[in-house]
Amino acid sequence: MSARAAVAAVALAAAIAFPLVSPNDYFTYVMALAFIYAIAAIGLNLILGYTGQLNLAHAGFMAIGAYALGILTVDYGVPFWLAFLASGLVAALAGLGAGLVSLRLKADYFAIFTLCVGIIIWLGIEKWDSLTHGVVGIIGIPAPAPIGPLRFDTTISKYYLVLVFLVLGLFVMDRIVHSILGRAFVAIRNGEGLAESLGIPLMRTKVTAFVLSTAYAGYAGALYAGFVQFIGPQIASETYAFDMIAFILVGGLGTLSGPVLGAIVLTWATQSLQFLQDYRLLVFGPLLILLVMFLPKGIVGTLRAQQARRAGRRATAARAEAAVAGTADKASAHA
Amino acid sequence: MSLFVQQILNGLTLGSVYALVALGLTLVYGILHIPNFSHGALFTVGAYAAYVTAGQLGANYWVALGAAALVTALVAMLSERLVFSRLRDSPPLHDMIAAIGLLLFFEALIQAKFGAEFHRVAAPYPGIWQGLRQATGLVLPIQRALIIAGAVILMVALHLFLTRTVTGSTIVAMAQNREGASLVGIDLTRVSLLTFAISGALAAVAAVLFAPINLVSPGMGNLVILKAFVIIILGGMGSVPGAIAGGMIIGFAESFGAFYISTDLKDIMAFALLVVILSVRPQGLFPAPAR
Repeated sequence: MSARAAVAAVALAAAIAFPLVSPNDYFTYVMALAFIYAIAAIGLNLILGYTGQLNLAHAGFMAIGAYALGILTVDYGVPFWLAFLASGLVAALAGLGAGLVSLRLKADYFAIFTLCVGIIIWLGIEKWDSLTHGVVGIIGIPAPAPIGPLRFDTTISKYYLVLVFLVLGLFVMDRIVHSILGRAFVAIRNGEGLAESLGIPLMRTKVTAFVLSTAYAGYAGALYAGFVQFIGPQIASETYAFDMIAFILVGGLGTLSGPVLGAIVLTWATQSLQFLQDYRLLVFGPLLILLVMFLPKGIVGTLRAQQARRAGRRATAARAEAAVAGTADKASAHA
Repeated sequence: MSLFVQQILNGLTLGSVYALVALGLTLVYGILHIPNFSHGALFTVGAYAAYVTAGQLGANYWVALGAAALVTALVAMLSERLVFSRLRDSPPLHDMIAAIGLLLFFEALIQAKFGAEFHRVAAPYPGIWQGLRQATGLVLPIQRALIIAGAVILMVALHLFLTRTVTGSTIVAMAQNREGASLVGIDLTRVSLLTFAISGALAAVAAVLFAPINLVSPGMGNLVILKAFVIIILGGMGSVPGAIAGGMIIGFAESFGAFYISTDLKDIMAFALLVVILSVRPQGLFPAPAR
């Protein structure tokens, strides 16, 4: 068993044990919310960390997923899991449309364009009363329907459901980024011109990354809707997109576990800042700035860089030893 | 017919405000090479500076305008020194995120200090131009005329400054080619401080001119700055004439859209316009010449 698998196993065991040791349901509730945002952040990391495109509409796509689930279950009486399946697809379809237009733009233009897309989604949800219930939001979304003997009506059971999706999301993302497609994403991040000269179809690959990332957002949104059972237009607000960017930065840009770690650390950090209430952003803004200044690689990235440095030093030392041994051999042969 | 001309006047007012904000943004883009998301916060800081000097300290409107421009220029210079100059060698993504951090900070600071409620800044000359009204039936409140006149004066002054003075040319040179400008002895620190000061002052003047017809609140900069982004994309990032033209396009689109289509869609109009235009022309309306 590799060290990586060991860390993953310990983390999973801790996550499974958490509700059993947590002193009350509220802690479990907050942790499950952190997991839901972690799923969305994993998706955002695919386009931001691996492909290098700053998408500021991610919260908008999460809202599309959440509203798809809410509208289908509450207004049309569609069974929960059918609606759940559809909600991710709806978000991905919206992502396909937005991606086809926006990914023709480079860097800053793309970031600003997606910011506008996010605002359009937000204002659209708020103004399209007949479909989205406008500013009132959607109330009374059903909890996830039971699967066989498993029922999801308590916070703890919902926590485990979210955890299953988080693990599934991480597993799928691991498969994606270690595939040839994942390498194409990283190649684009490292240099679009170079990637194109290697024969990577730029547009198609970027759109694929975008659609996959919005599908993650959509499913995270649907989970959110099923978990909280109430949604309003403000979930599309760009501040949530900024939050997710912060999760990724804290954890480590372009690392698999970074967004999850960041989501958990920051959620609990903001929970402990709860007493500050409205002043929360007063701390949060400067925190973001200090992070990019002093810890630009995030927690996971910094740890990994240290590991690499240590391994490098060990390798140099081994090589030096071998060289010394080699000269000694030669010397003894001469003697 | 007079309704049509009235919409042109309204569009001109909105366009002037947007153009002033976009001008500062586009100048800073020339230095930072990133969209400065915290620029909207400068707009809000300017409005609140005027609210404090005029509303709470009882100063004259024009004194408040000057004070707001000064305070905001200082805040902008401070953010350049403390944040952006330190991130000069980082990847652009990190600058953008730091800018977002600044935006959140300023907004939270203002909300903590002044509360979330709306405030009013009184117009210096309440009333409308009676002569114009009697002659043509058009309504032009003096504040709107002030906005248009102020914007035109500032735009002409900025244009002369950038093209006719040595200091102004250093800004243009720095935007065109950072290494080249440094080679001929232009001080990067000085130019970038100056650019931030100008952009802050422009945002503040736009905010204070706009404040009497549009209440002051912590979130007031949000939509304006988003529209300014739309404008500099339309006009080409870093282009001064592009920012002015883009500002007018968005201003007119909003005033005509609100009147002929629906007031509900007024705020969406700018973003929808951007989506449509960029779908057809990804390089923007006035693409910058290739370097």
